[in-house]
Amino acid sequence: MAKRKSDVGTLYKGSPGQWSWMAHRITGVAVILFLFAHVIDTAVVGWGPNAYNRVTAVYHNWVVRLLELGLVAAVLYHAINGVKIMILDFWPSTARHFKVLSILTSAVFVLSMVPIVWIMGRDILDLAFRWNL
Amino acid sequence: MPPAPESAGDVLETSDQRRAGATGAVTLTLRIRRYNPELRGEESWWDEFTIQADPNDRLLDALHQVKWYHDGTLALRRSCAHGICGSDAMMVNGKNRLACKVLVKDVAPKVTVEPIRGLPVLKDLYVDMEPFFNGYRSILPYLINDEGEPDAERLQSPEERHRFDDTTKCILCACCTTSCPVFWGDDEYVGPAAIVNAHRFIYDSRDHGADERLKILSEKTGVFRCRTTFNCTEACPRGIEVTKAIQEVKRSILFERF
Ligand code: SF4
Ligand code: SF4
Ligand code: FES
Repeated sequence: MAKRKSDVGTLYKGSPGQWSWMAHRITGVAVILFLFAHVIDTAVVGWGPNAYNRVTAVYHNWVVRLLELGLVAAVLYHAINGVKIMILDFWPSTARHFKVLSILTSAVFVLSMVPIVWIMGRDILDLAFRWNL
Repeated sequence: MPPAPESAGDVLETSDQRRAGATGAVTLTLRIRRYNPELRGEESWWDEFTIQADPNDRLLDALHQVKWYHDGTLALRRSCAHGICGSDAMMVNGKNRLACKVLVKDVAPKVTVEPIRGLPVLKDLYVDMEPFFNGYRSILPYLINDEGEPDAERLQSPEERHRFDDTTKCILCACCTTSCPVFWGDDEYVGPAAIVNAHRFIYDSRDHGADERLKILSEKTGVFRCRTTFNCTEACPRGIEVTKAIQEVKRSILFERF
């Protein structure tokens, strides 16, 4: 008889944990990719301050600043969700309150993003449209 | 068994008309993921059947109606029809369920049924359960106690019994393991059901095999593959707190084995 893995039909509508797990992976990969770029741009300092300034000047435009905002969001999400996972790891009985825990960590993430978007967003708008906010 | 049809020719009509005549019958369209390598090669396809069913029938009854009156080639597994044998796990509207525990009225007018994921599909809703049971066998799911046979029963306090009560309820239906994103991507992971059954013995005061089991589950195919996504807990038809049990085993490995 033919042996094969089950094929992929419709999307599995799993627990919210399925999505936070995916987001955790995506943000993790995003942060590590940035880290590679960051190691390279910092290493340029070995060629002297001028070389370093020339390279980091690339960062001074709104597209990269927007990506930076994304980076902060990724680090923050990864950290907060990581704390949630640690709580579940060290206190298994909290598993019963997984939904509450998920809502709480999402709320902490969203609330801490508000001032960050406010501060960094002004900078981005300034660079993009010369709004001088 | 359904009542015998009057003649082979009007089987279909008879069945559906009888259902329609019943008080408050509803129309249910079943969209079923099919696979039949003997007839149609390696490609899966979708089939749709529209039937009349009593709203208080189970989805399993509806599938029977399809198999018995519309398409006899539909393959599915089931036995008890009462949520206790664990045979009829399938993906119902994107979630793992036992077809015998889903009511028609909760899914009408349309329901999508697919085989459980992560195991080789053999035909239609029928999957090869061997990889699942391999995981189960690997955790030594039997009493280990070298003290020799006692004269009477091995006594246990209500508290000791309560410690593993939740995980005794498992019926090995595989709803949990085949809802696990880690298991989909990794055949080697023993899966939540195996851990639930290990939990049932690890915390049983009459059993002395905990060390051995914790060692097996501390390997890279064991509990630490779990990423606490809770799909398993939501899928379990017995309401077992699967992820909690897994976390307890993780903790035991961390604090007792090292
Ligand atoms: S909680 Fe763990 S075992 Fe359960 S579905 Fe998620 S990753 Fe799999
Ligand atoms: S733990 Fe629940 S979902 Fe998993 S095999 Fe046992 S009964 Fe089925
Ligand atoms: S047929 Fe036995 S559990 Fe559904």
